[in-house]
Amino acid sequence: MSSRKQGDSQPSEDGGTAGVKRIKITKSSEDPEKKGLSRRLKDAEISLPIVYGTIAFYLGRKASESQSHKWTVYVRGATNEDLGAVVKRVVFQLHPSFNNPTRVVEAPPFELSECGWGEFEIAISLFFHPDVCDKQLDLYHHLKLYPEDESGPQSTKKPVVVESYDEVVFPDPSEAFYCRVQNHPAVIVPRMPAGFNISAPDPAVPLENTNERERGDTKDHPLSQWFMNFSEADELLKLAAARQQVQAHIVKLRRQLSVMDGMPQLSKPPSAYE
Amino acid sequence: MDAKDILGLPKNQLPIPQEKKSRPPKEPQRKPDGISREVYALTGGLAPLMPSVDASQLRRHPPPDEKITWQWLPFTNSARKDDLQLFHWVRVVNGVPPTGDYAFAKYNKSVNIIKYTDEEYEKYLTDPTWTKEETDQLFDLCERFDLRFIVIADRFPSSRTVEELKDRYYSVSRALLSARAAPGDIANDPLVKEPYNMSQEVERKRALSMVLSQTKHQERKDTEVLAEAKRITESRMAAKGPEESELPVAANIGPENSQRAVVSGDAVTPSNATLPSAITASSTLMADNASTLASLRMLRVYLRTYALDQMVQAASASAGHRTIKRVEQTLQELGVNLKPKVPTKAVCAEHLELRKEILSLLNLQKQLQYKEAEGTSFHDSPYSETPGTPKRTPRGDQDRPFMPDPLSFGGDRFGKRDQKRKAPGRSSEAAQSPSQSKRPRKMKASDI
Repeated sequence: MSSRKQGDSQPSEDGGTAGVKRIKITKSSEDPEKKGLSRRLKDAEISLPIVYGTIAFYLGRKASESQSHKWTVYVRGATNEDLGAVVKRVVFQLHPSFNNPTRVVEAPPFELSECGWGEFEIAISLFFHPDVCDKQLDLYHHLKLYPEDESGPQSTKKPVVVESYDEVVFPDPSEAFYCRVQNHPAVIVPRMPAGFNISAPDPAVPLENTNERERGDTKDHPLSQWFMNFSEADELLKLAAARQQVQAHIVKLRRQLSVMDGMPQLSKPPSAYE
Repeated sequence: MDAKDILGLPKNQLPIPQEKKSRPPKEPQRKPDGISREVYALTGGLAPLMPSVDASQLRRHPPPDEKITWQWLPFTNSARKDDLQLFHWVRVVNGVPPTGDYAFAKYNKSVNIIKYTDEEYEKYLTDPTWTKEETDQLFDLCERFDLRFIVIADRFPSSRTVEELKDRYYSVSRALLSARAAPGDIANDPLVKEPYNMSQEVERKRALSMVLSQTKHQERKDTEVLAEAKRITESRMAAKGPEESELPVAANIGPENSQRAVVSGDAVTPSNATLPSAITASSTLMADNASTLASLRMLRVYLRTYALDQMVQAASASAGHRTIKRVEQTLQELGVNLKPKVPTKAVCAEHLELRKEILSLLNLQKQLQYKEAEGTSFHDSPYSETPGTPKRTPRGDQDRPFMPDPLSFGGDRFGKRDQKRKAPGRSSEAAQSPSQSKRPRKMKASDI
């Protein structure tokens, strides 16, 4: 983008939201639009939790050789909020045997439904609004049509659902982006120190397509009953328990080591030791 | 016949060789003539689809329309400079001996050496370190030995190195070429395009011989230093990106350098800074993390799973493949997903910390093992390889279900011995549950 000049001391090493926020002032023109884009917030990462995946239904009686399943591939907000504020469009790249395998979805909800018989890898490319990021982000997802458990005929009622949770991280967001989404439910925005005031977004910088959009969130999506729940609490608990165990063993080993260091003459360590 | 069925051919007689008809329906029982029964059975007892050659036909010779004799005749070789006549057997057809030169004469190739006259020498080729006589001798030897410089160097009257001879020869040839031909013509001649660089060659050969004569220990040290260098340059590149002024860059490199752990303690990094040797593993990890973070920040957007992968790789950079497998094993035993299912910022941070803690746990276990090995080896005789000596273990607690078998981590230091030890250790782990006592056996092997 535009040139930056470093005015301060070195960046903090842990990259978290704590620490001094530094704003890089630029020498570029005083154009308000450019200003919003060129001022960037260091050490203030904005993240967008998303879930992407496929849901596939067996067509049962209506199935034919070439169209045995109806499936939908999508990218949704992890809490089913509207992604449209951040993601401008999504391009799904399908298997070349499909007509027009490059499918572009210009508005949320970012999803695509198709009929087919084969499993393949779908390339999902996220394109962001100009004030968010000028580079695209690529995800890959393997379309699964057939259930793990192969016993018995496939049900037309119960689909095969494969979803992946991930977070899109913008390590160096522009001020304009920050302003725009600081209160948006789909976006995780770091807490800024008190006194940090960002003015409301400049009306001269409107988002494209904000006008005639229908609702872009997936809260009442027809497939929402199949959406998986991703709770970080479970994983955090397990991780914390594991860490405790490991730490306890480390302490024990350290004790043993220091004891052994204290008695170098012994050939057989005394059996009284733990 | 089945073959005919497959082909869809009518079952009556076809214009094919005789042997097909002579093999009526009962194939497996009949052994056809000409080939042995076993060979025929290889085909599955079926007739081959292609008409095969009847073996009896093989013995027939082609009708001889020429009269062939073999005669002991003299011959000359155009590759020879003298008129020596030798003899050999010649296949004579109808009384006419074959014409043409000796068949192998065409292989007598030689190199095209440029010849210079005395005036040319005076004009273009004089050199302070070479006399005309020496140069003449050199060129004569080159001609005789087809530019095999090793041989030439051996035969050269005054002692000159191979590189010197090569240098002289190639520079003379190049000078002659450019003198005789117009400048545009010879631009594509390899002599002109890639001139012989003597100092570079000398250096290269010296480096090669050094590499060849390295001991294993040195090799390992070298790879370590190279890995460090790579990391330093990468972090330098990453640090240079967002920063523009010189000061932060230098300051970034400074603390990173001082934090770099040097395993053996006496290797020198390419940046030529001697480093303090007793650095803990954690500071290396911090330096690695900093450089990964910096490189992540360079990307405008990335996925958190990608970021976690990078950090995990950076943290395990100093660990060998085996150690990484141990870490994963431990994670599984603890019931933790190798890749978090819900990779939020907090979860990823915890995951990373857990991995680092497991790494340090494994390191501690290794250290403990060394200490034990040292301790016991002081007391025992040098021949303590008898597997029958059970020893008490200091670690008597059995309540650690997830503790991986310490024997299995020989680590990279134990070298080849580890390979053999691992097999029994592994199978015992698989056979019993980890909490049962197989300690006595483990201790035995580690006594070696």
